[in-house]
Amino acid sequence: MTRVSILGGSGYTGGELLRLLHFHPQVDVAQVTSREQAGRYVHSAHPNLRDVCRLQFVHPDALEAADLLFLALPHGRSARGIERYAALAPKIIDLSADFRLNSAETYRGWYGEAHAAPDWLDQFIYGLPELNRERLRGADFVSGVGCNATAVNLALLPLVASGLLERAAIEIKVGSSEGGNKPNAGSHHPIRSGAVRTYRATRHRHRAEVAMTLGADLPIHFAVTAIEMVRGVHLLAHCQLAKTLTERDIWRLYRGRYRVEPFVRLVSGRVGMHRLPEPRVVAGTNYCDIGFELDADGRHLVVIAALDNLGKGAAGSAVQCLNLMLGYEETTGLHFPGIYP
Amino acid sequence: MDAPPLCPECDAVVYIPVDAMENELLACAECGSELEIMCLRPLELALAPEVEEDWGE
Repeated sequence: MTRVSILGGSGYTGGELLRLLHFHPQVDVAQVTSREQAGRYVHSAHPNLRDVCRLQFVHPDALEAADLLFLALPHGRSARGIERYAALAPKIIDLSADFRLNSAETYRGWYGEAHAAPDWLDQFIYGLPELNRERLRGADFVSGVGCNATAVNLALLPLVASGLLERAAIEIKVGSSEGGNKPNAGSHHPIRSGAVRTYRATRHRHRAEVAMTLGADLPIHFAVTAIEMVRGVHLLAHCQLAKTLTERDIWRLYRGRYRVEPFVRLVSGRVGMHRLPEPRVVAGTNYCDIGFELDADGRHLVVIAALDNLGKGAAGSAVQCLNLMLGYEETTGLHFPGIYP
Repeated sequence: MDAPPLCPECDAVVYIPVDAMENELLACAECGSELEIMCLRPLELALAPEVEEDWGE
């Protein structure tokens, strides 16, 4: 059994990690830390885990050595404490944005502050298995992924890899859990309930991850809008193709890229109500569903993707990375469908 | 060995039952298209006509 601990386990991502890890047959969760909730039972913060997880939160200062540490801390804290954490565990998965980017200069440009541990940046591998699977096998330090960035990256990767994408204009709709569990003015119920509020029309921070993954020179623009949803990311990308294609060409392209991917499903049906991806179908899972519709001119392609921001967009991908890092079957603990309806 | 039959809509491999008959309707497991077996030897699949006025009457 692999002994893992979660640093910063009282947030939504920490709770989702716990839910997944408790049913992972090769993992034993040793400690879950919370500065504010030390001493309380984990189910006081994550009521769905009552009688499933009987751990109590411990103060971060009481963290002991483990085989692998998950860092689910607010942005900035992982970098500031990385020396200590690396002394406690030979393997680390950081779910914050601290080690996602490969340059301290880029980090400063997007996050507005100097990186606290720039020497560590090149030791972390970006934790998107669909892109970095071979580098993740046996890796010691892995960064998590941005949820919106993951939707963009997975939706466009086949087009970019084949040189077919000229430009993309993307609208992303997101649920309230993307904002974390700390209240703020935007999460206040009268403001958040019923919202259709575009909070970033340009320069969303995840744009940096997209540039790192798909290329900085490609004109890929995305806006993010908060809607009435708790979990979920819904992406709709208007893509201009470099040449005229048929619907069968698109199927071949996406199938060629994702046929072997256990957590990417192509959803582009001709019949039924659910012909294209929808976030609630993947809620609670590690799936990213991708679909498409080609306009009559064969050059304007609409790509649609859906994932759970706490699942494939955070904790699910992290567990998938754990499996690769430790040599377990990649789908262990993750291969289950969502609920419906 | 014959190449596996492909869906004319999405190019996925389509499973044909051993007792299939001409004009039988099948569904593509991947894109859900309704397909019609136009000919068994050689095997030929086509998108089944959408429901339209007077269809089947």
